[in-house]
Amino acid sequence: MAQLMALLDSAIAFGTVIMLGALGEIIIEKSGNLNLGIPGVMFLGAIGGLIPPFFYELGGGSNPIVGILLSLLCSLLFSAFGGIIYAFLTITLRANQNVTGLTLTIFGAGFAEFFGASLNKLAGGVGQISIPVTSAGFRAYTPLGSMGGIMKILFGHGFLVYLALVIAVVLHWFLNHTRKGLNLRAVGENPGTADAAGINVTRYKYVGTIVGSAIAGLGGLFYTVDYIKGTWANDGTVEGLGWLAVALVIFATWKPLNAIWGSYLFGIVMWSYMYVPGLTRSTSELYKMLPYVMTLVVLILVSLRKKRENQPPASLGLSYFREER
Amino acid sequence: MEKRKVHEPFILMSKRAEALPAWKSWGIRLIAFLLSLVVCGFVIMAVSGLNPVQVYATMAKGALGTSKKAWVTIRDTMTMLCIAVGLAPAFKMRFWNIGAEGQILVGGIASAACMIYLKDLPMPVLLLTMLLASLVAGGIWGFFPGLFKARWNTNETLFTLMMNYIAIQLTAFFVSLWENPFGSNSVGIINSQTKAGWLPNLLSDGYNGDYGWNVIIVLTVTLIMYLYMNKSKHGYEIAVIGDSENTARYAGIRVNRAYVRTIILSGAVCGLAGFVAVSGASHSISTATAGGRGFTAIIVAWLAQFNSIVMIIFSFLIVFLQKGAQAIASSYNLSQEVSEMITGIILFFLLGSEFFVNYVIRFNKGRKVRK
Repeated sequence: MAQLMALLDSAIAFGTVIMLGALGEIIIEKSGNLNLGIPGVMFLGAIGGLIPPFFYELGGGSNPIVGILLSLLCSLLFSAFGGIIYAFLTITLRANQNVTGLTLTIFGAGFAEFFGASLNKLAGGVGQISIPVTSAGFRAYTPLGSMGGIMKILFGHGFLVYLALVIAVVLHWFLNHTRKGLNLRAVGENPGTADAAGINVTRYKYVGTIVGSAIAGLGGLFYTVDYIKGTWANDGTVEGLGWLAVALVIFATWKPLNAIWGSYLFGIVMWSYMYVPGLTRSTSELYKMLPYVMTLVVLILVSLRKKRENQPPASLGLSYFREER
Repeated sequence: MEKRKVHEPFILMSKRAEALPAWKSWGIRLIAFLLSLVVCGFVIMAVSGLNPVQVYATMAKGALGTSKKAWVTIRDTMTMLCIAVGLAPAFKMRFWNIGAEGQILVGGIASAACMIYLKDLPMPVLLLTMLLASLVAGGIWGFFPGLFKARWNTNETLFTLMMNYIAIQLTAFFVSLWENPFGSNSVGIINSQTKAGWLPNLLSDGYNGDYGWNVIIVLTVTLIMYLYMNKSKHGYEIAVIGDSENTARYAGIRVNRAYVRTIILSGAVCGLAGFVAVSGASHSISTATAGGRGFTAIIVAWLAQFNSIVMIIFSFLIVFLQKGAQAIASSYNLSQEVSEMITGIILFFLLGSEFFVNYVIRFNKGRKVRK
């Protein structure tokens, strides 16, 4: 039982990272942009959330609220900036989306790891950044969470875990029950028709991409300040998580609510190798293929069944240029 | 008659009626490249306080300063080129193979397996077996996404992306299976005594080997691919499908068969890159054997517009930048990742420049609007 609780606990934390990344990517893909720069954007959000509290605490700051606000603000700015680069290149300059996205991933990873390593050097000593005050603030939970057992699973997480859930629900409502959400989906399905209906395609694509990037960046932020407790390691883990977030979008068939359980399921599958008996060190590596294989199966099933509401946005990955219709 | 207000956008963009002459389009790309160097210079200055000109000099020295460094740069250029050449046919027919990373890895695994289990074979036979094994492994890795794309129109971008991670886990599995010494969590240098399955030196047999065979193998593949793409029926079919699948179908090209065939070819050449990386460079295998090159090579192939010969230039450019940036990092005590950041910035500019090659921009200077 204790093992199950520990598994669920780590699954929720792990799931939150990729859920935020996937939610961001869902908005972007709904506007018709296949952004393979998500890992890069998450890197940007991660480092952006680390730099200000680092200097704040280095300068003797000890108010977690200030640290959290600085961290959030800077993280959002950094990842939105990544989104702006991508949006400008693909929407205004009509560069190829896949290639631009991959470049954004290379850039974001390089940028974050460069500054991460530099900060690690600045931190001196053991050469490891740490932001104990801010990170503790991010990870704080109400007394309900201290009651152990199921209460710990439900209430014992930092606020970003619940923010992710709120974002997922709001996004579901936005995409399915508002005029603007409908417009956004129309842009992703058929920009030509949307344009003819008087929807400002460029604006929707820009806003969708930038807001989506900011949300995805929160995934990176959660990873650094909560999941690894406010430290930094140049091991490229964020990149793997970013790709997993892209996979989750498919797994969730572009639906925010599916992303909630999908992400927790990924978390369980990801961590369950520790609890499966009889796995050796080498076979556990094979076991870790499971989330990717699951995603592949979903991808194949979706394309086999051809149910209309499960398909990717029709014009995903294509630039729109009014004069070329 | 009352005057109606007409809103006219300030900037008008339209596709160029005819393609720019080559010198102009390459001029635009060159300007973009120079601009990106200026921006990178500012970034370097801002984060390190170093004089950018001095930094670029250090870069050149770091990449080509000694013959050993130059050989390493050439070696890595060849690996990058091999991947890009492999990707080109798939991309030209708009099959988004972003699975090179995985195809390289399975090619590498196949080569390493031959090195380990068949080390007693005579050298030329062993090398040939490795080469073939890597081709087959890469081809298989390409076959599945190709089959599903052709049959059920499954999104190949996402499919190949997942195949990357399956390949990474597979590599991790073999790394712990072949671990040497035990507990190190790495395979170490395979056959370090006998050098069985290592590509031999071409020019000298000194300790600091050259990478002549890498160059020969990869340039041969490049040339063959150039001929295949430009002079063969298959190459022509690829070009037609890339322009319009419907046209191709109407012209009687068997599109599905072409898809599967081309992606197998693409995967096989990427698998070969894994052989070159394992047998010709690292003599080991790890999850970092591909090291993101499968993604970078996509950009190389794209910028060269899938022309195998032009890819030589772009592969060299990218590898040169990376080696140079690593040199800066070590001589000015910065972290290595500065190279990725610089590569990213330069690529952004080059990607952006394509717009100015393909489109004209006119500024609207308040001309009278005709009724």
